Amino acid sequence: MSTVETAIAVAPYDVERVRADFPILSQTINGHALVYLDSAASAQRPYQVLDAIRLHYETSHANVHRGAHELSVRATDAYEGARRTVADHIGADVAEIVFVRGTTEGINLVAGSWGTANVGPGDEIVLTKMEHHSNLVPWQLLAQRTGATLRFVDVSPEGRLVLEDYGRLLSARTRLVAVTHISNSLGVVNPVREIARLAHEAGALCLVDGAQAAPHRELDMGEIGCDFYAFSGHKMCGPTGIGVLWARRELLDEMPPYQGGGEMISSVTLEASTWADAPLKFEAGTPNIAGAIGLAEAIRYLDRLDLDVLHTYEMELTRYALDRLDEIEDLRIYGPREGRAGVISFTYKDIHPHDLATILNHRGIAIRAGHHCNQPLMKHLGVDATARASLYLYNTREEIDALCDGILLSARVFGEIA
Amino acid sequence: MTEPKNPPYGAPIDRSIPDALAGLFQEVILDHYRRPRNKGALEDPTHTITMNNPLCGDVIELSLTVRGDVIEKARFQGKGCAISLASVSMMARKLEGTKVADARALSVKFTRLLHGERELQGDKELGDLRSLSGVSKFPVRIKCALLGFNCLEELIGESGSSDDRAGGHEPGGAR
Repeated sequence: MSTVETAIAVAPYDVERVRADFPILSQTINGHALVYLDSAASAQRPYQVLDAIRLHYETSHANVHRGAHELSVRATDAYEGARRTVADHIGADVAEIVFVRGTTEGINLVAGSWGTANVGPGDEIVLTKMEHHSNLVPWQLLAQRTGATLRFVDVSPEGRLVLEDYGRLLSARTRLVAVTHISNSLGVVNPVREIARLAHEAGALCLVDGAQAAPHRELDMGEIGCDFYAFSGHKMCGPTGIGVLWARRELLDEMPPYQGGGEMISSVTLEASTWADAPLKFEAGTPNIAGAIGLAEAIRYLDRLDLDVLHTYEMELTRYALDRLDEIEDLRIYGPREGRAGVISFTYKDIHPHDLATILNHRGIAIRAGHHCNQPLMKHLGVDATARASLYLYNTREEIDALCDGILLSARVFGEIA
Repeated sequence: MTEPKNPPYGAPIDRSIPDALAGLFQEVILDHYRRPRNKGALEDPTHTITMNNPLCGDVIELSLTVRGDVIEKARFQGKGCAISLASVSMMARKLEGTKVADARALSVKFTRLLHGERELQGDKELGDLRSLSGVSKFPVRIKCALLGFNCLEELIGESGSSDDRAGGHEPGGAR
């Protein structure tokens, strides 16, 4: 028995078996096997998730929290069951899980609800220079509405947050510290636990943008110690249009509604209404029921594979990719070598990232090219745009090799090498 | 299933350049990308505009000096991919000494070329711009090739008179 268990425990990660779960990957693009290296923008989903969504619509769909009929009961059970799955997955209470469209809506919800109620003229919000536009623009809008000021933690030449800046920027005026868990363009993993602690010492709250972290690592809200955490389903093998805002229960209880409508009310008269308890208070209108069900299935899929095992595999693959890319002359990788995730931004010779992406696409290789919704950071790095290859559970060393060959092809197309 | 596979690293590398890519990135295009013509700003332009492609971050500023109905000078500056910069470089060179009406006609013709009208591939009026006909096979790149011409359209297009667009007109360019 124990030998069998040991054998299972040390069984290598079977990437080919995982790939077989993702029907979209078994196709050719421009005559080449698809090499999908754009999962940081949106991942692909396994048939388990596709089947769960289909099964819901085929057998159990109705509106939730409404009818007394059988299908509504089934749909409500599945939707609230999905909330339970998410809560268990991130070590949270089920009442702390608000379903939203994605990370962007989660952050906008905090800015619109908590921010409007708690931020005023002279208050400060501390961000960083590496935030995705989704963790920058909502705060700009809030600052314009309320007269608050935005402050920014710098990014070092190596691509890390200059943590000392928090000591300089945090004060009694700071209401919120917002930071990305993992940078979507540099891949750097930020010490969010430490940052949450610093925020609390200054009497401020801490919001973490988990869009790039939730797909790749075990999360425990209690351990991170932040107050708000937002992530998207579609980057972690779930459907588009569903995401999660986690917030501490007592914050959600105090926050005013974000949108008004059905589902979020307790009682309504023509003059005024009272609200449902969180999280329904923040879920006006018919929610994305099938999206939540698909996300829960994606979480179960990732949990079955074991995020720690996935993490080990992805780190090995990332190291391999960095080593291979390093071998290419005139290729520049942005971001640190250690303490990073499998999001690799680079530039190559004088070839514009868009031209590189077009050439790679000709070989069936999908990468992202551009500013990655990260314009201030690109300016900070002194580049207009980068190419970005992002890795996920279904990527292989052979695909990294194909990427490197494609990069060399671009040099031949541009007449740089024979 | 005999699906083609990307060769493993270390295997013999196929060093050939696919025809479509060779057609897209012709030598004359790379030459304009690396040694842009008519680059810079005009000291006293009658028309200036900056437009960007917010999806990719390409930015081009186009300045013209128009006297009567002739474009006397055309300069551009900015940043972008080989396709957008080569296109605007070729365009700016072609514009100098061109009548405004002919510049409009050039813009129309070039747009038709990018949308795959083969008979224009031999059109002498297009000059070097003909080398961009390969873009028609890459629809997502057409907007790159048109960024410079979009600037031109904004400055001298039929929708606006050429006289009320004097220097510094910058709508921010949401194209």
